[in-house]
Amino acid sequence: MIHNKSKYFQIIGLVLLSMIVTTSCEREVSDAAVLATFPTTADVFTDNPVGLTDEFFISFDPVEGANVNGFDTDESEAYEGFASIRIDVPSPNDPDGGFIGGIFRDRGEGRNLTGYDALTFWAKASTTGVLGEAGFGTDFDGDKFRTVAADLQLSTNWKKYVIPMPDPSKLTQERGMFVFSAGTQSTDGLGFVIWLDEIKFEKLGTIAQPRPAIQNGEDVVIQNFIGGTVNISGLSQTFNTAAQGDVTVNAALAYFEFQSSNETVATVSALGQVNVVGGGTATITASLGVNEAQGSLTIESLGNFTPAPTPTRNPNNVISIFSDAYQNVAVDYYNGFFTGDGQTTLGGEGPGGADLSVDGDGIINYTNLNFVGIGTFMDVPTIDATSMTHIHVDLNINEALNAGDNITLQILNDVGGNETSGSVTITAANLAANDWRGFDIPLANFTGLSNRSQLGLLFFISNSISNVYVDNIYYYIEQ
Amino acid sequence: MKTIHSKNKLRLAPYNLALILGAILIVTSCDLDETQEVTTLNNLVMSDEFDVDGAPDSNMWGYDVGDGTNEGIPGWGNNELQYYTDRPENVTVENGVLIITAKEESFEGKGYTSARLTSQDLFEQQYGRFEARIRVPFGKGYWPAFWLLGVPKTITVDHEEVLEEWPAIGEIDIMEYLGDEPTNVFGTLHGPGFSGAESISKEFTLENDRFDTGFHVFGIEWSPTSVNFYVDGNIYQTLTREDVAEETDGEGEWVFDRPFYIILNVAIGGNLPGNPTENTVFPQSMIVDYVRVYN
Repeated sequence: MIHNKSKYFQIIGLVLLSMIVTTSCEREVSDAAVLATFPTTADVFTDNPVGLTDEFFISFDPVEGANVNGFDTDESEAYEGFASIRIDVPSPNDPDGGFIGGIFRDRGEGRNLTGYDALTFWAKASTTGVLGEAGFGTDFDGDKFRTVAADLQLSTNWKKYVIPMPDPSKLTQERGMFVFSAGTQSTDGLGFVIWLDEIKFEKLGTIAQPRPAIQNGEDVVIQNFIGGTVNISGLSQTFNTAAQGDVTVNAALAYFEFQSSNETVATVSALGQVNVVGGGTATITASLGVNEAQGSLTIESLGNFTPAPTPTRNPNNVISIFSDAYQNVAVDYYNGFFTGDGQTTLGGEGPGGADLSVDGDGIINYTNLNFVGIGTFMDVPTIDATSMTHIHVDLNINEALNAGDNITLQILNDVGGNETSGSVTITAANLAANDWRGFDIPLANFTGLSNRSQLGLLFFISNSISNVYVDNIYYYIEQ
Repeated sequence: MKTIHSKNKLRLAPYNLALILGAILIVTSCDLDETQEVTTLNNLVMSDEFDVDGAPDSNMWGYDVGDGTNEGIPGWGNNELQYYTDRPENVTVENGVLIITAKEESFEGKGYTSARLTSQDLFEQQYGRFEARIRVPFGKGYWPAFWLLGVPKTITVDHEEVLEEWPAIGEIDIMEYLGDEPTNVFGTLHGPGFSGAESISKEFTLENDRFDTGFHVFGIEWSPTSVNFYVDGNIYQTLTREDVAEETDGEGEWVFDRPFYIILNVAIGGNLPGNPTENTVFPQSMIVDYVRVYN
């Protein structure tokens, strides 16, 4: 211990020295160069909004279903003082919007929150329900330090909630003072009321044991190609709190620093975008402050990727489901995950359905294929392909191909209504392993598809092919 | 041995409040000149500063090994889940500190391993000031402790000479801590008529700080008339012979006039802390900077 203590004193000495140096420097710096520091106001809402914009509550986009009418203050309920915030959570079929949520924004240029370690607030509800999301850092202007906890269980009594800051030192100028969203998933669609009070930033001193994670804490391995891009996801920070045990928040990319084990294979940007630049293997890891994040993303780069030929048909003659050459129609999903019906297929899960993005070209990679559906019948308009004559698809079998292997396309019209369907099977002779083959199939060949004015599902079905790249799925008019 | 703890029995008789308030006032008034009325005994008679790397000093520390079965109390009387070993992965001295590490592993039929050091037969003392500087782990299921047990006397039962058993020997828990309450510790006396669930105990809560993020000093000052419990120079509980009598309606027996020995351990799970959850982080260690005894 004697050794340790003397080290201590050395460190203290250094610190003192650096303070002296810093102090003397500060005297020499001109006024103009002094960094602006922003207010450190702690309160966000007490009985009134504190230092927030005039509109106070800024809703999520009503176009996306946010209900702007359910937000108010309530002078008949308060945890402390005389007023609280009242949130009327709408039912999903409310014509004014099926959920409620939005932000409170600092009315100035932002606050310096580096002296705090948590956002805290008190909440209760008219019934035991769930507050879908609550946090800070969403300012509708980049949301750089978005920090939210999900699924906070509310009780009918006032209870304090703690949203730990992933790294307070980064929050030198934050405008996103509070964000929440709530729906009725926890109440079987029944509307209920949430009250919030005493929203503020605090230095609790009891937020400890940080355990950041990327990729949801898992060591994920994916295959990709030169030119491919992948985004790091599943970012979180977990703290132990005195009152609530472990609390995990979703933490924005900007809190993390990323590192590649081999920059000749893959580089990673400050915002977690991985670019595959060579063949080989590279592992992306991250840290948040001094803590290494659990989880990693390993890229096995298979080298150069040959994309499917770029479609050249006139867009006016095309209804595109999945292609970078055209404007795609809205789809419900590129994988319906009919797991209850025995579906094993993975893939179709990335942005816009693309599991891979190589040089900006998105590609679906279905794996463990038995069957998988692309849906256009639930929350999006069905496809009227009455005037179309063909369907096009490019397939690249990503495994050894055997004689007898085949893959079937099935198209369904008016799903769940006056349903009709037809299918066409593509055999091994027309497919290729590790190479693209394009198919232009007359819709007339889909025997049984007597009507195609409301196409709702396109299935890929195979009991012999497990792993396939898919690109450029579109209906067209043969000219 | 430490048996049948029950947290809801942690309590303090109201008449002790006055004493504690008094103690707090003294501490407050002494803050400026550094003379702490908290402790009055300053003649160091034993200290282990844990300055030599390797196994703990064998002149000072032995080990309780196993799950308590050999002692006739499987699970150490509390349904604890660990198997204590003397292996370096469970107990070692490194960089000036003693490290007792609890691991999640299958070992001798148990799911966790840990260590329990005891100074029995090596260092035993009656009265004095016992103090250690410790950092504890966190998470549901962790139950580290710094405590004392009385040396059993030989007594005659049915014309046979036998050793006294707990709680007749007495127990002074200088520091106990539950990993899911990282701001709390508690100090406790056990004896005949006030053991286990009926023990006399009090919690100390840190404000704006926690016990798992830094070292804190835990101690007692023990005289023929009382035991003072303190944390970082704050007395939070004083228990006198009269307190024991009043707490137990005269049934309790003051058994703290005999030598006691020191125990340092990290228990996992069982009746008092509850069992670890999937979120409990393993391995973690209790880190002891020093143990010092004064008279």
